[in-house]
Amino acid sequence: MKRLDLTRIRNDFPALQQTVHDDQPLVYLDNAATTLKPQSVIDTISHHYSSESANIHRGVHTLSERATARYEASRESVRAFINADSTHSIIFTGGTTAAINLVARSWGRHNLQAGDEIIISHMEHHSNIVPWQLLRDSMGIVLKIIPITDDGALDMDAYTDLLSEKTKLVSIIHVSNSLGTINPVKEIIDAAHREGARVLVDAAQSVSNQVVDVQALDCDFLAFSGHKLFGPTGIGVLYGKEDLLNDMPPDNGGGDMILSVTFEKTTFNRLPYKFEAGTPHIAGVIGLGAAIDYVNDIGLEAIAAHEDDLLRYATDSLSALTGLRLIGTAAHKTSILSFVLDDIHPHDVGSILDQHGVAIRAGHHCTQPVMQRFGVPATNRASLSIYNTRDDVDALATAISSVQEVFT
Amino acid sequence: MSMTDELYQQVILEHNRNPKNFGTLDPCSHSAEGFNPVCGDHYTVSLNLSEDATIAEVNFDGTGCAISKASASMMTQALIGLDVLAAKKLFSEFHNLVTGKLDPDTEEHSLGKLTAFSGIWKYPARVKCAGLCWHTLNSALSGGDTVCTE
Repeated sequence: MKRLDLTRIRNDFPALQQTVHDDQPLVYLDNAATTLKPQSVIDTISHHYSSESANIHRGVHTLSERATARYEASRESVRAFINADSTHSIIFTGGTTAAINLVARSWGRHNLQAGDEIIISHMEHHSNIVPWQLLRDSMGIVLKIIPITDDGALDMDAYTDLLSEKTKLVSIIHVSNSLGTINPVKEIIDAAHREGARVLVDAAQSVSNQVVDVQALDCDFLAFSGHKLFGPTGIGVLYGKEDLLNDMPPDNGGGDMILSVTFEKTTFNRLPYKFEAGTPHIAGVIGLGAAIDYVNDIGLEAIAAHEDDLLRYATDSLSALTGLRLIGTAAHKTSILSFVLDDIHPHDVGSILDQHGVAIRAGHHCTQPVMQRFGVPATNRASLSIYNTRDDVDALATAISSVQEVFT
Repeated sequence: MSMTDELYQQVILEHNRNPKNFGTLDPCSHSAEGFNPVCGDHYTVSLNLSEDATIAEVNFDGTGCAISKASASMMTQALIGLDVLAAKKLFSEFHNLVTGKLDPDTEEHSLGKLTAFSGIWKYPARVKCAGLCWHTLNSALSGGDTVCTE
């Protein structure tokens, strides 16, 4: 397997070429919140607005035809990226949150009734908790929660016990954004299918660092965002099995999602357009296509190997620091390191690290139940990506020591 | 002065380490809760007024960063003996201080040691930390129960 050319990769990201706070190089370790954007993505978006800014699917003129072709080419890139069998299964949404909410409103309201059960886990992002609570409160469905172990893994025995003929959906995060845990989604899906339940996979945190193949997984729905994949904000993807999507009612009504409209009757468009009402985020879709091209060019297997190496190095470095406790040490995890320092609040840690040029996230990471599970109000989170180096990890460790000096 | 030196002055670090008037008063005549949902800070401010309507005792309880905890601790020390009107005036002065609207070197004020927070207006992400317990106090004095920074 090829190794990453880090010099070239770092040069691809203009945001890394700047200094912060008195000429300190930027050490960007907040990739689980959002990744930086390579020049190719920025140029693609700029080119769209400069040279082919037009609406899609309706124009008869040159620019509209070009924009439409690029938009649909991105859909094909997404299809191939997650190995879906058809572009009909690829719905563009505003992001992972919008995709999950679409399933909750359209599939959920159409297929569920009071007493039906949905299983989620204790490590879900709020975006995979709240949409189901809204359904629970309006429809009387029941939410069941898979507990997590002390090292931050799913308790799979408990999951098996929760499954029953009442289970209609399992909605599960692939990689935990606050713990880094990689969940055994294939095993989860197979067990759910044996009970006749559908499975939604929240892949927001996994598509940037491992091969995600929806046919191999046999998931029923899968959601991810562009901006955690080196692409633009405001764009995401819902994958759904075609028969499920065909059976679901439209979520939003409007232009582009119809074949014909009279005041008496509207005939809806076919997939995927049925779920894409209104002018979409065209530049976002085209930018997402460029981001996928960028990732494919480097190769997900090489990315995974690089991040695994960084994870081991960072785990060793941080574990060696006195007064630091890692939260989330599952055997199978990505390069996300949540940690707390004795008697120093994460908000103070984050502020002081920033002064050293080191950007991390401090807070609950939209996973308050995880914080409650581990008995902390918040954690510090360093999340590493393709352009990060062992030097970045060293800078983090040195800056953490400086924080501890301030508070001694 | 670096941000670290400016924000984390010795007096602030000392109050963070050994907060004054920490814990909940029970019974109390006034109390309120304050949340900062962004960083998870959560405090309760409780107080008792004496017969002459001055603050006889005031405590805070909860968890948060060094800035919010030190601010709360120093607030409780500054409040004892003040009547409600004077407490609200101090709240107003502190609010103006941390939002950069009051220059403690050139304008009249009764902030005392609280001027340790005079540089915080330059760090917008931390202004809410310094103000959390003060807003909670204001809510308690005004008969409210919960405040939220967002």
